[in-house]
Parts: sequence; C-alpha cells; structure tokens
Amino acid sequence: MSALTIYLPLDSAAVAMGADDVADALSAEAAKRKIELKLVRTGSRGMHWLEPLLEVEKDDKRIGYGPVSEDDAAALLDAMIGNGKQDKNVGPVEEIPFLKNQTRLIFARCGIVDPVSVPDYQSHGGYAGLDKALKMDSAAICEEVMQSGLRGRGGAGFPAGIKWKTVAGAEADQKYIVVNADEGDSGTFADRMIMEGDPFTLIEGMTIAGVAVGATQGYIYLRSEYPIAARVLNEAIANARKAGLLGDNVRGSGKAFDIEVFMGAGAYICGEETSLLNSLEGKRGEVRAKPPLPALEGLFGKPTLVHNVISLCSVPAIFEKGAAFYRDYGMGKSTGTMPFQIAGNVKQGGLYETAFGVTLRELVEEIGGGTFSGRPVRTVQIGGPLGAYLPPRLFDLKMDYETMIEHGAGVGHGGLVVYDDGINLADQARYAFEFCVEESCGKCTPCRVGSVRGVETVDRITAGVDRDKNLTVLNDLCELMVDGSLCAMGGMTPIPVQSAVKYFPEDFGIKPALKAAE
Amino acid sequence: MTLSSLIEPFVGRTGGLISALHEVQRVHGFLPDDTEAEAARAFNLSRAEVKGVISFYHDFKRAPQGKTVVRLCAAEACQAAGGRDFIKSVEEKFGLKMGETSASKDLTLEPVYCLGLCSTAPAAMVDDRLVGMADTGKIEKALERAKKESAS
Repeated sequence: MSALTIYLPLDSAAVAMGADDVADALSAEAAKRKIELKLVRTGSRGMHWLEPLLEVEKDDKRIGYGPVSEDDAAALLDAMIGNGKQDKNVGPVEEIPFLKNQTRLIFARCGIVDPVSVPDYQSHGGYAGLDKALKMDSAAICEEVMQSGLRGRGGAGFPAGIKWKTVAGAEADQKYIVVNADEGDSGTFADRMIMEGDPFTLIEGMTIAGVAVGATQGYIYLRSEYPIAARVLNEAIANARKAGLLGDNVRGSGKAFDIEVFMGAGAYICGEETSLLNSLEGKRGEVRAKPPLPALEGLFGKPTLVHNVISLCSVPAIFEKGAAFYRDYGMGKSTGTMPFQIAGNVKQGGLYETAFGVTLRELVEEIGGGTFSGRPVRTVQIGGPLGAYLPPRLFDLKMDYETMIEHGAGVGHGGLVVYDDGINLADQARYAFEFCVEESCGKCTPCRVGSVRGVETVDRITAGVDRDKNLTVLNDLCELMVDGSLCAMGGMTPIPVQSAVKYFPEDFGIKPALKAAE
Repeated sequence: MTLSSLIEPFVGRTGGLISALHEVQRVHGFLPDDTEAEAARAFNLSRAEVKGVISFYHDFKRAPQGKTVVRLCAAEACQAAGGRDFIKSVEEKFGLKMGETSASKDLTLEPVYCLGLCSTAPAAMVDDRLVGMADTGKIEKALERAKKESAS
C-alpha cells in the first residue's frame, strides 16, 4: 500500500489550536499500526473555526476533518484508511461555502501546497507572472501595475504604479525593495497567513518589483511576534536560491535579485514606513519627516520601494492573468481583491478574499455568522487600532477605499474586529489613547503628549467631570493630533476615538439631543 | 560565549545592531549590563546611541525574565473575545500583574499587542508555544508542557 498522504496546517492559528499535537499523535498512531504516513504541513485555508483542519485526498478531492484534536488520532486514521465515519468530517473542503464563494487571486494556493516547495508552487501557476515580466522592459512592467489599478494594501491605498514609476525613474547606484511585514494591527493576519502558507507569492512579487525598478536587494521586515513565518520564509528563500529563482541570475535572465528577512523587535510604530526604514538601518524606529519620499530617499538614503506584503502578493496574479483581468474585480477606484480578515467575537472567524464592494453586513453576519457569544453585534472596528468603530446601521456600506473614507473610516489592512453588545465604546476610546501612549515613537509632541492627555480627558468624561467642557477638549485634542502629527500613529488615533463618540454617544454619558416638538 | 563573539558577526550587516541584540538576548535571556559598551565598541557608536536603541524596542529586556514567559494579548480582537477578563483571571491565578516576574523567578507575565491570532482569540504565548481561544486551563497545560520540555 502506498503512503497515506494527509495535509495539516503549520499556520500559527492552527498551531495555536493544537495542530502540532495532532501531528505528533497521528505520527505515533501510524507508527504503532505500521502505516506509512506522509504528513504535509501546509498553510491554512483561512477557516479558523475549523482549525486544526486535517485534509486527505479522495477521488481528486480534499476531504476535511475539523476541528480535530490529538485525542481523535485513532479514529481519524480509521476514517481515512477505510470508509469509516468520523463526526469531524466536514466533506470536500473546497465546497464549504465560506471557501467556495471567495475569489482567491492572492491566496489561490494557500492551504493547498507545501509552502516551501518550489515544484509545488510552480505546478500551481507559480512564476508564470515573473516569466512574463522578464520579457518586458521596466517601463512596460510599471505601466502594467498602473493599469491594474492596484493600490497599497497597507492602509493608505496609494496607487502602486505611481510608486513603481517613481523608484524606477530615480537614478542611483543601489535601490531596494522593502516589504513591510510588521503586521501589528489587531484584527489582521493576512500577511502572516500568506508568509506561512505560500511565501513564494511574496518572493515572486518582490522579484517582479525588483526587476521593474532596478533593485537588486530586497528586505522583508518581519515582526518578531511571527516566529513561524520567519522559519517558513527563510526556508522558502533558501529553496528559491537553490532553484535559481533568486541570486545573481534570476531564472537565467542575467538580472540579480536577492532577499533577506530582518526581524523587528516589538515596536508597533515600525509598521510606519519611515520608522521601519530607520529600524532596518539598526536605529531607533523613529518616524522621519516626509518629504523626502522613501521612493527617492529611503533605506540608507537610496530609492526604495516600500510595500505591504499583500500589495506585493497581488502582483504575480496581475502578470499571470493580465492587468485587465485584475481590474475587472472590485468597484470604482478600488480594483482587484482584498483579503478581509474577520476576527474578534465572531462565529466563523478567518480570512475571506473577495473583490472590493462586499458589504460589512455580508462579511460579519452572513460570512462570519455573527458573534460566537450569540449576542447581537454592537460594532465592528475596521482596519486595526487606528480604524473606526462603526454601528450596525452603517453595515450596508460597501467596502472600498472611497466609501469608507466618506464615512470617516478606512479599509486599512482589511481587518474587521467584531464586538457584541457587552462592549463599552468609552473603554475602547480610552484604549486607543493608551495604545498610542505605549507605542508612540515620541518624536512629535501631538502624538507623544496628546495621547496621554487623551487618556486623562476620556477618564474625566466617563467620571462625569465637566462632561461638556471635556468633550470639547477631546474634540480639540483630536483635531490637533490629526493636523499636527508627523505620521498616522498620532494622526489616526483620533479616528477610533471620534467614531466612538459620534456613533455611541450614550457610552460617554451624552444624552441624545431633544427632538424638535412635532 | 563572550558578548563580543555574539555581537561581532553582525557588524556591517543591514540593521546589524538590532540583530546582534536579538542574538545576545537569545543566548542570555536578557541583555547583560556590558552589552551596551560591547555593542557600542563593535559598531563604532556612542553608548547613548546603543542605549537609545535598546530602550526603544519592547523586545529588549535589561533584566532577567522568569524561566517561563507568558505573553497575553491585550489588543482589540482579543478584548472583543473576552480578553480583558481572561487577563484578569490569569493575573489572579498566578498572583502576578502584567509586567511582573514571580519571586521564584519561575514566571513572567507580559502583555503583547497582537500575535496575529485574532480569529481564535483570546490569544497567548507560553515561551514559544502559541495558545488560541485561551483560558487559564490552557495556559496551565502549556506551562506544564514547557516544564516537561525543559526537564527532558
């Protein structure tokens, strides 16, 4: 009998739910029964409520079992070898509506392939994009990115093509590609998942960018909270080098490009691109004033293309399938797909990649299935600690850059944190300031001092001390931080605060304004 | 290994100072007092510059930590999933506040701001062991395993 091949994620979320223990138990049980077992550790499918989700191939379909535990090992082996029934069987994985209804351009391979196997990546369409790009000149590659309409997925939504053209046009003896993998926003894990589950997508995207702008060295600035991602990335990079996909002669093109992983040291602010560059130079991660733009004077003063992980992971599909194909997804000026991350108090948490234009209600209530506590959803915070808290009456808004901005919110990195009605938004406003106190780099006063004053002011409001006056102070303080801060840390901390006051005034002891007598 | 032999290999590398500090901490569990002077000498920086870097990053510890470090996520997604109560219950269970180390030096409790496990919140990390949908029971189990591993 040939070896029994089973797939089990090495993804952090699966491991946190016990995947490594399941792997050990299965191996031990198989050894006891003298069954030859081939255990492939993959990325996660992104259906985290089913983790650890074990898969086995049957009649060309992957059949899933989840969430499994180490105690299930014997029963699982019975079920997989014979036709034994097992109550954790969830059927063909790709037919589960959560997965079936997605549009996976970025995460197409995640959860399917062995993350560090070059042959696996290539047999699933990998490197088709780079091969096309290598036949084009720099200007044509940048134009293709421009035409795709791709915008930076880190939060700001800046058109990627413009950035690429700027770096490509800069004259310098050395240029860099720097990947911002300092995914510190709570509620987001798309970067982590792709780096753990399909790192070659990032490597290929970086290589295309390097070829386009004339950079020979790339760095992945990875947060230290992601040790599994570090391990997988380093292994994948080493394998890419061995296969001639990185190095002095990328794919025989005569062009050089290589990548190094750099480990951050636990500072949220280093997700801000200029702070990140200082940190990558081995310095304090203090923010730099802009201009000069990093595209012209970035790492060590050289032209640097700084991109979020998901922005670069969108690139291979754009080249493989063409800019026009990519642009057809999405709405308005928000083209392509976005991996939304559904987190917090939610029944079916995980990653859902789909075109822009999906509504919050669909994501939270239909796809996410509402809260796991069974209580009504009170609010969703979109886009991390610097994102707005929106009330259910705005859940029919479509998720795209412009619509969100119109409502004082932002798509950010696509993270959605769901809260039930047990949450008090004054607590969350206070926390937004507390977090800024903790994580401010200290360079500019509005952020460093404003955050401390913010905590004090919220405390006075909730204690009922001169409530109206202090609400005015809070509003002034927020305006000052928005206008006077050097970067988004101080400049956007007011977003969660002001959205909390605006949409949930009752939590701040504000009585609804009396309606005019009818 | 001496401090300088840990630090030297990183001189001249991109962001070498931070990588060197990581390496010293990996070996010693914290940054011993001489790290500052040794790193300043190796990288040709002032001690003030090195101190500035060490003090900037949460990861770098200037005092020994407990034998086991339990990091509890204090960020929003975990708050939404009962994280505040979870943290309180862990603090009560071990008689420690966040940021404190037990008198026996066995255990340190520490906040962390996001482990990327937001869909299986609340999240925690016991040394290098990740814990999803965490409760005090799961933390105790992970601690037992950590103890067993260090004993074997």
